[in-house]
Amino acid sequence: MYRYDQYDHLIVKERVAQYRDQVRRRLSDELVEDEFRILRLQNGLYLQRHAYMLRIAVPYGLLASRQVRMFAHIARKYDRGYGHFTTRQNIQFNWIKLEESPDILAELATVEMHAIQTSGNCIRNTTSDELAGVAADEIVDPRPYAELIREWSTFHPEFAYLPRKFKIAISGSEQDRAATAVHDIGLHVIKNEAGEVGFRVLVGGGMGRTPILGSQIRDFLPWKHAMSYLEAILRVYNQYGRRDNIYKARIKILVKAIGPEEFARQVEEEWQDIKDGPSTLTEEELQRVANYFTSPAYETLPAADAEYERLKAEDKGFANWIKRNVKEHKVPGYAAAILSLKKTGVPPGDITADQLDFVADLADRYSFSELRVTHEQNLVLADVKQSELYALWKEAKAHGLATPNIGLLTDIICCPGGDFCSLANAKSIPIAQAIAERFDNIDFQHDIGDIELNISGCINACGHHHVGNIGILGVDKDGAEWYQVSLGGAQGNTSSIGKIIGPSFSAHQMPTVIDRLLQVYVKQRIEDERFIDTVRRVGVTPFKDFVYATPIKAGHVTGEDVCA
Amino acid sequence: MQPRSKLVMSLEKTSVPNSTHIIKDKVVISDDWTVLRLNEGETPEGVAVPEGKIIVPLKVWQAQRATLQGRQELGVWFASDERPEALKDDLAPFKVIAVDFPKFADGRGYSIAYNLRARLGYTGELRAIGDVLRDQLFYMQRVGFNAFAVRADKDIHDALKGLTDFSEKYQTSWDEKNPLFRRAKRETVVTRD
Repeated sequence: MYRYDQYDHLIVKERVAQYRDQVRRRLSDELVEDEFRILRLQNGLYLQRHAYMLRIAVPYGLLASRQVRMFAHIARKYDRGYGHFTTRQNIQFNWIKLEESPDILAELATVEMHAIQTSGNCIRNTTSDELAGVAADEIVDPRPYAELIREWSTFHPEFAYLPRKFKIAISGSEQDRAATAVHDIGLHVIKNEAGEVGFRVLVGGGMGRTPILGSQIRDFLPWKHAMSYLEAILRVYNQYGRRDNIYKARIKILVKAIGPEEFARQVEEEWQDIKDGPSTLTEEELQRVANYFTSPAYETLPAADAEYERLKAEDKGFANWIKRNVKEHKVPGYAAAILSLKKTGVPPGDITADQLDFVADLADRYSFSELRVTHEQNLVLADVKQSELYALWKEAKAHGLATPNIGLLTDIICCPGGDFCSLANAKSIPIAQAIAERFDNIDFQHDIGDIELNISGCINACGHHHVGNIGILGVDKDGAEWYQVSLGGAQGNTSSIGKIIGPSFSAHQMPTVIDRLLQVYVKQRIEDERFIDTVRRVGVTPFKDFVYATPIKAGHVTGEDVCA
Repeated sequence: MQPRSKLVMSLEKTSVPNSTHIIKDKVVISDDWTVLRLNEGETPEGVAVPEGKIIVPLKVWQAQRATLQGRQELGVWFASDERPEALKDDLAPFKVIAVDFPKFADGRGYSIAYNLRARLGYTGELRAIGDVLRDQLFYMQRVGFNAFAVRADKDIHDALKGLTDFSEKYQTSWDEKNPLFRRAKRETVVTRD
């Protein structure tokens, strides 16, 4: 993976000093909170309900074991012994003291990490495919391009105070695993007919209160022009994006207002002036970065390991785990194993300090000391020998990290919600937990098969509810927490935005709502049809009719307003 | 005709204590330019432009060009929603061009400055005015500002430190014509642990 050279080290070191001084000036009231807030946000420090939250950048989701051990150390020394992986492949800590935040950054710098631009109205951490470099369906490894974008976007002087936050995702495989269609910019690394590498460029995708899928504005951008073209997009957005209304400020609103064709034309016009300028990438620079992403020292192994096949046939638990949590690898005899952070009873994406140390050990012993974070909030060991999968499974299981539920009902994407986040209208984690408990039976989950259940505690959609096959959105009604359900959303190559099925439900009704939706699916499905395919074939109506057919016992409504 | 009384005109020079100093070319200097801002009820056509070193709103320049263009010491300033192309091929009359930051979080001024320098070829003094604070100066100088009228209630000598927060940068802007990879010999340091 990428390693800092003296320039990266210098820039991050100077950042820590700059931020430390900003904190000092805030504590001595030289900076008022209104001035400081925007500065700390550009450094990933949010003020939440109970304490500060610090979001640390995990560039395109890639981690070395020594960095994961640093997270464990931070969790113990500065937090309450755990951290939370996010839907943008970052990690956040929820119980941070402002005074200590500069020290955390200094510690992070020792393992080549930082929290630069993990929040604020600037270009955020670029996200990518968690199977980059190992996926069997990969066309071009996106990681070198992701790193080049990281460097270009870090402290870009012109684009630090954009109308709103700006997120880029990049994918280089047949299957889009980076949710590129719901990003401000989505890049697909592709090859043209001549075999040259370039990008298909989507802009204006996003979630929040106006969910929109990105529009293609260029079908092939030669890779050398990546930086100048991004600069052109950002300059158009910086000048013309709305600043009068926070809910209308994302680039998607601008693209929608003037139309993708007109937006593309403006970008093109802007680009003509800077195209072929000094920002044009060179073969040498690409090679410098690509050298960091060469394949590890794989052994020559048979495509199928006999002992592994035997264990898979004998041990149903192992077979279940293989079926859901192990992905195909481009190198014979290897596999990518997903460690589930969605064990029932644990908030999705949460991980304890001991588990962090443990997964770092697993990475050292099984996967060339590297880990990846998925935007579904799980972890991946990307280079495991097939022959060692059984041993890995046993160990992971003993630490609660082998729930065989990847892509299943309980592999819920969920934001921190009202338990932590001051933006939230409703709690999201307890809903995820109630659903996970209700459908804990793994055989039932395997029977239901592929399904994406996404939960957001507010319209900001950090839990990606718009693109969940079942999406749940927490809403506030007269001071009480209610949940709106949508159906038919999807991410990946056939992305779509879900449709709301009707009036919202109380927290207590939610497990039954999910149960009824699943009953309709089981009745309607044809053979191996996935949930999303059934919804697309029969439409939302049969689901809606059954869910609202008879009243569901409401139980105690949470968040009652006693004054009402 | 709009009132021409000096009483209704807001002159930063007289209303705030610190504005007699600015940062220019990395040092604090005394400054005798005055920024003209329209008060409520005043119009670009009607506002009186006092004699002396004065920086007028773009709209005032556009409305009173005939009478202003003979002046020896004239400046103009852009609001954050105005376009630098408005002065295309029309930069010669100005000793100073300023860009206003109504709030420091309004980043349009960065693109205005970059375009004034890179596209319009402006080489004279480019001054940031308005909500100009220490922690944005580094970015501002990168996109082409060389003068900073730091907000009056802030210590200008403290703000000066903001210009040297970083000694290296990855990407091009007005200050760096080449990105780091073209300026420095960067080599792959280590590949695997």
